[in-house]
Amino acid sequence: MPKSIRKTILVAVSVVILMFGFSFALSPLYNAFCKTTGFYSRVNVKSFSSPDLSRQITVQFVATNNQNLPWDFYPRTVSIPVHPEENTRVIFYAKNNTNKPMTVQAIPSFSPSLAAQYFHKTECFCFTHQTLKAGEEINMPVVFVIDKAIPDTMHTITLSYTLFDVTPTLSQRTNK
Amino acid sequence: MQHNPAQTTHAAHHPEKKGILNWISRWIFTTNHKDIGTLYLCLSGLMFFIAGMMAMLIRAQLIHPGTHFFDPNFYNSLVTLHGLIMIFGVIMPAFVGLGNWMIPLMIGAPDMALPRLNNWSFWILPFAFSILTSTLFMEGGGPNFGWTMYAPLSTTFAPPSTDFVVISIHLMGLSSILGAINIIATILNLRAPGMTLMKMPLFVWTWLITAFLLIMAMPVLAGAVTMILFDRHFGTSFFNAAGGGDPLLYQHVFWFFAHPEVYIMILPGFGIISSIIPTFSRKPLFGYTSMVLAVASIAFLSFIVWAHHMFVTGIALGAQIFFMYTTMLIAVPTGVKVFNWTATMFRGSLTFETPMLFALAFVVLFTIGGFSGLMLAMVPADYQYEDTYFVVAHFHYVLVTGALFTIFAGIYYWLPKWTGHYYNEFLGKLHFWLTVIAVNLTFFPMHFLGLTGMPRRVADYALQYTEFNFLASLGAFLLGAAQLIFLYNIIMTIRGGKKATAQVWEGAHGLEWTVPSPAPYHTFAEPPVIN
Repeated sequence: MPKSIRKTILVAVSVVILMFGFSFALSPLYNAFCKTTGFYSRVNVKSFSSPDLSRQITVQFVATNNQNLPWDFYPRTVSIPVHPEENTRVIFYAKNNTNKPMTVQAIPSFSPSLAAQYFHKTECFCFTHQTLKAGEEINMPVVFVIDKAIPDTMHTITLSYTLFDVTPTLSQRTNK
Repeated sequence: MQHNPAQTTHAAHHPEKKGILNWISRWIFTTNHKDIGTLYLCLSGLMFFIAGMMAMLIRAQLIHPGTHFFDPNFYNSLVTLHGLIMIFGVIMPAFVGLGNWMIPLMIGAPDMALPRLNNWSFWILPFAFSILTSTLFMEGGGPNFGWTMYAPLSTTFAPPSTDFVVISIHLMGLSSILGAINIIATILNLRAPGMTLMKMPLFVWTWLITAFLLIMAMPVLAGAVTMILFDRHFGTSFFNAAGGGDPLLYQHVFWFFAHPEVYIMILPGFGIISSIIPTFSRKPLFGYTSMVLAVASIAFLSFIVWAHHMFVTGIALGAQIFFMYTTMLIAVPTGVKVFNWTATMFRGSLTFETPMLFALAFVVLFTIGGFSGLMLAMVPADYQYEDTYFVVAHFHYVLVTGALFTIFAGIYYWLPKWTGHYYNEFLGKLHFWLTVIAVNLTFFPMHFLGLTGMPRRVADYALQYTEFNFLASLGAFLLGAAQLIFLYNIIMTIRGGKKATAQVWEGAHGLEWTVPSPAPYHTFAEPPVIN
């Protein structure tokens, strides 16, 4: 085979391998992108000044069970008016209605999604897995602060939690 | 193949031995680019009728409201397989077949650069499509999540047959990548002396660029379906929010592949049209350099528009605006091409043989598909059109009257060169007129259905959509029937007919028209002289 063809093939094959690797690299890249742009909620440690009393933002809470998860799960407070930079604490209620212990993970989501970067949670049940025994119930706190930098156009923020059952995954992992 | 003087000198590699076993091993072990081109085209034809039958079943289900024939799950499987087979089993193999046949002839090469790899990349495909089609009969039903295979529909909620779909997609991707590497190696290394890059016919140019798109896009699809497989069986959470993944990531990865894929399915068609229109206008192509640049810029832009498929998923406003503008930018090079084709015809002495009719219908109808694409590119408008029949109308205009029409045009255009016989012009024109009427009857009403809100991928619909759906179903049945004329015409042309000259068409120019018709089994053993 002529050398020139060999070279062409080598280049083409390396492009293929590179792009296959790139498709997997998209997963961490995507997370990094969401983290830096703030489309994806993450804990931000920063200092807060006194509340900005001139503005008021309504925060609404939504709770959803994924795939008919047999739990009770709802916010004690459906909607609350807050000032920017004001520490606020709300409670979510959860109850395991089954007769076996289950572990769940709550995944947050914001509407509008851009609000996520101004919404700082200092405490949240979504930071960890929650395990409840059969029939056990729990009140779970969320403590949050809204950043002063939030644009004037945002008057209402909806914070939604979806509860995912992660029990089987956990048991699989411990079995291995 | 056919009688030609080269047969006697190359008897050792040549299909002269009689008997069924020799005939079978000739086709299985062939490394001849013309044989493999023929195999690709035959497979494409077979899959065209299989996926076409699925389309007939889909339209039969939708002819009246109420689910008559099958349950919604089976309907969804039909929609999924119709899409996957038409894309990977019909349009792509047809272009690879045309490329195999014509690229060496057009650049004066004796064969493809890697003939044995060429054989292998074809023979993977029958296995891939056997696996894919067999999923329809598996326990739990075929894939029911649409050709886009969105997670979690394809992970958490998918039937067991999904694993077979993943494997068949891996095989198809492997075949496409190997074919693309072969085409790149051929075009870059085997051109006859004097055939500079900027002298290559546009079909060769478009295929070169398409091959680069293929080697960049197909590995990403392989990655996406591999992640599906991992999420399904190996406890990973690429697309599972509970484990820290994100279902939206799937759509990003998938469309990063699938938007270049859209251009993979149309760029070689642009090349075919750029050969046919000058021939039947008896004028050289207008704006050759701008045509090459337009194709290259479409290929580049195709990698930075993917999120326009995801406007309603809640991605950031800034991202939506960015992808809206990049998408609309594609209209510029595409417009350049349409204007160049029109300018080629301007003051030409036009004749309207079947290839030219298909080429003209392509220019008009593909532009309509392009316009509905522009409408879909607008973020605020897209919120209304998303996931409705408007989208179905749009992509059938660009894929049926776009890609498929260029393939029809190319087959009619080169069939005399392949077989040595002219096809029956009356049957060709009958096929054209029935097809063009039926295609519009089928897909034009879908625009209105979509604008009034009929959702895609649902086995039933509300009563107010009855009339338009009835029309669309009638059009689809006519469209299906018209293709039987096409099949008959091709078979009759292979078996006999008016002898074709070497040039075939009065206005045709290029190396492929300097070899006799039918093209001898071995061509350009000595490189041609190019002035």
